[in-house]
Amino acid sequence: MVTYPVKGISPDMSFLEMLDVLNEDLLLRGDEPIAFDHDCREGICGMCSLYINGRAHGPERGTTTCQLHMRHFKDGDTITIEPWRAAAFPVHRDLVVDRSAMDRIQQAGGYISVNTGGVPDANTIPIPKTIADKAFDAATCIQCGACVAACKNASAMLFLSAKVSQLAMLPQGKVEAKTRVENMLAQHDAEGFGACSNIGACAAECPVGISLDNIAMLNREYISAKATSENVA
Amino acid sequence: MILDSKIPEGPLAEKWDKHKFNVKLVNPANKRKYEVIVVGTGLAGASAAATLGELGYNVKAFCFQDSPRRAHSIAAQGGINAAKNYQNDGDSVFRLFYDTIKGGDYRAREANVYRLAQVSVDIIDQCVAQGVPFAREYGGLLANRSFGGAQVSRTFYARGQTGQQLLLGAYSALNRQIAYGKVKMYPRTEMLDLVMVDGKARGIVVRNLITGKIESHSAHAVVLATGGYGNVFFLSTNAMGSNATAAWRAHKKGALFANPCFTQIHPTCIPVSGEYQSKLTLMSESLRNDGRVWVPKTVELAQRLRRGEIAINDIAEEDRDYYLERKYPAFGNLVPRDVASRNAKLVCDEGRGVGGSGLAVYLDFADAIKRDGQPAIAAKYGNLFEMYAKITDENPYEKPMRIYPAVHYTMGGLWVDYNLMTNIPGLYATGECNFSDHGANRLGASALMQGLADGYFVIPYTIGDYLAQMPYAKVSTDHPAFKEAEEAVIAKNQQLLSIKGTRTVDEFHKALGLLMWDYCGMARNAEGLQFAKQEIRKLRDEFWRDVKVTGVNEELNITLEKANRVADFLELGELMVDDALHRNESCGGHFREEYQTPENEALRDDENFAYVAAWEFTGVGNEPVLHKEDLKFENVKLTQRSYK
Ligand SMILES: Cc1cc2nc3c(=O)[nH]c(=O)nc-3n(C[C@H](O)[C@H](O)[C@H](O)COP(=O)(O)OP(=O)(O)OC[C@H]3O[C@@H](n4cnc5c(N)ncnc54)[C@H](O)[C@@H]3O)c2cc1C
Repeated sequence: MVTYPVKGISPDMSFLEMLDVLNEDLLLRGDEPIAFDHDCREGICGMCSLYINGRAHGPERGTTTCQLHMRHFKDGDTITIEPWRAAAFPVHRDLVVDRSAMDRIQQAGGYISVNTGGVPDANTIPIPKTIADKAFDAATCIQCGACVAACKNASAMLFLSAKVSQLAMLPQGKVEAKTRVENMLAQHDAEGFGACSNIGACAAECPVGISLDNIAMLNREYISAKATSENVA
Repeated sequence: MILDSKIPEGPLAEKWDKHKFNVKLVNPANKRKYEVIVVGTGLAGASAAATLGELGYNVKAFCFQDSPRRAHSIAAQGGINAAKNYQNDGDSVFRLFYDTIKGGDYRAREANVYRLAQVSVDIIDQCVAQGVPFAREYGGLLANRSFGGAQVSRTFYARGQTGQQLLLGAYSALNRQIAYGKVKMYPRTEMLDLVMVDGKARGIVVRNLITGKIESHSAHAVVLATGGYGNVFFLSTNAMGSNATAAWRAHKKGALFANPCFTQIHPTCIPVSGEYQSKLTLMSESLRNDGRVWVPKTVELAQRLRRGEIAINDIAEEDRDYYLERKYPAFGNLVPRDVASRNAKLVCDEGRGVGGSGLAVYLDFADAIKRDGQPAIAAKYGNLFEMYAKITDENPYEKPMRIYPAVHYTMGGLWVDYNLMTNIPGLYATGECNFSDHGANRLGASALMQGLADGYFVIPYTIGDYLAQMPYAKVSTDHPAFKEAEEAVIAKNQQLLSIKGTRTVDEFHKALGLLMWDYCGMARNAEGLQFAKQEIRKLRDEFWRDVKVTGVNEELNITLEKANRVADFLELGELMVDDALHRNESCGGHFREEYQTPENEALRDDENFAYVAAWEFTGVGNEPVLHKEDLKFENVKLTQRSYK
């Protein structure tokens, strides 16, 4: 652990802009800057992470680190920043971790098997607005990994359940619902993510408000798949 | 060099179908003998990689983020256009085509734009089949909203996160192909050069961003889907990593760069708050459906407001100037972006701007909230309002938003023909990376449409035509052309690391951005452009003398990554200025102060400038060579754009 002083911080700065200031300062002194992941800085790409003062994405609820502003800290505060910590997220350097395990879970079944072309007109599949809205809410997961970082078991269940429920709710996704849930769960465990013990720290720390209801739905989907399936080898 | 756009013969509405019939096909069993490289996994790249994989080609896909799903397409907010005419309000393929050509101020190719409008309808079907949760009406059918530059409601959306949902659809299709082994994905990998063998694009050189290792990949064709170059301006709505490097290095290998000065300045962004600002945040254009744009009627009122002597509510209704509604009664707040941006600049230049700096105008939802109620407004724009509140610490339900134009999109890009192939055989460019469909100004909700059109429905056909004529044999990455390119990349990195100067990469980037914004931004003139050209050259020289890049190549080195990108921006910036200087007319986003109508609207010169300006690289610091592709308009009449 290293402690750096930073000066000239405005309350309107974002947390990452504060780190930019620190990095410019380090560079000018001939030191290497601190590596951290970031890209859109609008809270949507899911690239930024950081465990700030013991909280994933810092103290503000429903906020990614890039949308956290310095007005939520006091002048003179010491802020502790750590990378995401989970066996399935090896650290590359400084605050940058490897989250490719989440992509591999998606590859295990987070899709509807349709090829480009030859699909029916969009309006031939009416979907009740309430269902469409719920599916949308689940689909807004940004795959940042905060749920894993916040969980004492380092489980990725909230992330996984969001995809499973989005697709299970929609008529287009129902066809493959059973194999999907089994395959994605198998990959989750193979990647070394922990089991879910229903504490809910994940949902509390989720920057985009993915609901715990998704985990309940995942469990129902899984039980129904198990009960009927010869799906998974 | 003669630029052949390869536009198929025949009537506009039949060109694409005829062309699809005429292109050569690769037999299904032979597709697996071809390898295709796709650089970029945004809407344009992910859709292409997935579809090519489905067809049976072997695909290698690359992106610099840690996951393909994080491409900047994810940040698109407002929506995607399609000529479905589900609203029965008079939309049609021809109307979408017409609106796009007119919105682009008659500087785009008719045939490409018509094809775009045609395939737009297939995109929506495809996305719904993938499970993209678009907004719906209570009856369960898809909902639409309106966007600027159109008088029909044809924009499909998923709350304020349309780009996210569309990209996740394409990402899921990509994942399926990765799982099947048809696509091999290389995240955290940056393309640093294009490799040509016998005059054809045959591969790329990349840097692994974790280990720093320089590696080559060979293929039968290369598709660049690497996004736009708005970050030349340092401050823009693009992601921090968005860059021009892949396209620029292809340009240096011979690919022509078209209309580089056509950049879009988006009217509704959150204003700059301080020196430390690292990027600008867009407030979707869809907000102009319900928000009304205004500033105080007089300079005096604006001054008192800025000084805090009066509050917003002290300004009586009759003292507010809803300048867009006043000047453009037919389109009102929904005029195209270039018009809205220029007018915001105009009122601020007059001294009527608001906010501390005076560089902002109001976007006011009070009337919409009164009319529809706060819950209805929250349902449409909730996440945007939240984002605004987080950034500014102000509540837009109670106080009008402060907005100001910001760099948002680049219409210019690599020159491509009708097949989306650059002038280098085997090198394709899709999405924002090419110049093709938006002329001098892009209409809202049309970039998502173009990215997916290119990737799902155009390139899968056109690339087959090229591959069918290629031998199966692969070129080994031991070929001298690969070794040469690798050595050049390594040498460039070493050079950057060895300067050990006194100024940071960001300092140079900010200085360049300011020059571009001041002299090649919303308004340009010959004198300013000439000045900027000299200043950019000086800045570039200083960069190569005095930049400070720490660390080594063989590690995760964020400074070296940035330095490579900024080195390219310093060259591209000059080309943008050259292009702006040569185009002695105003059109769309390119507003030359010398060329305007008495009402301050852009004054085109169709006689002399109805062409695509495609520039050839001749060496850093040398004057580029201009090639012209004349634009022929056979289906629309060129008129002075009017939104009154
Ligand atoms: C904030 C915002 C909101 C927008 N809203 C809308 C909207 O509502 N409607 C609309 O139609 N358009 C909108 N746009 C425009 C639209 O989002 C973009 O034009 C479009 O998504 C670009 O897609 P793309 O696939 O071409 O590029 P991108 O999505 O930018 O993807 C570029 C890809 O290239 C990769 N890449 C780049 N360089 C390299 C390299 N050297 N090596 C390896 N990989 C590389 C990146 O990793 C990434 O995967 C918006 C844009 C912004 C910025």
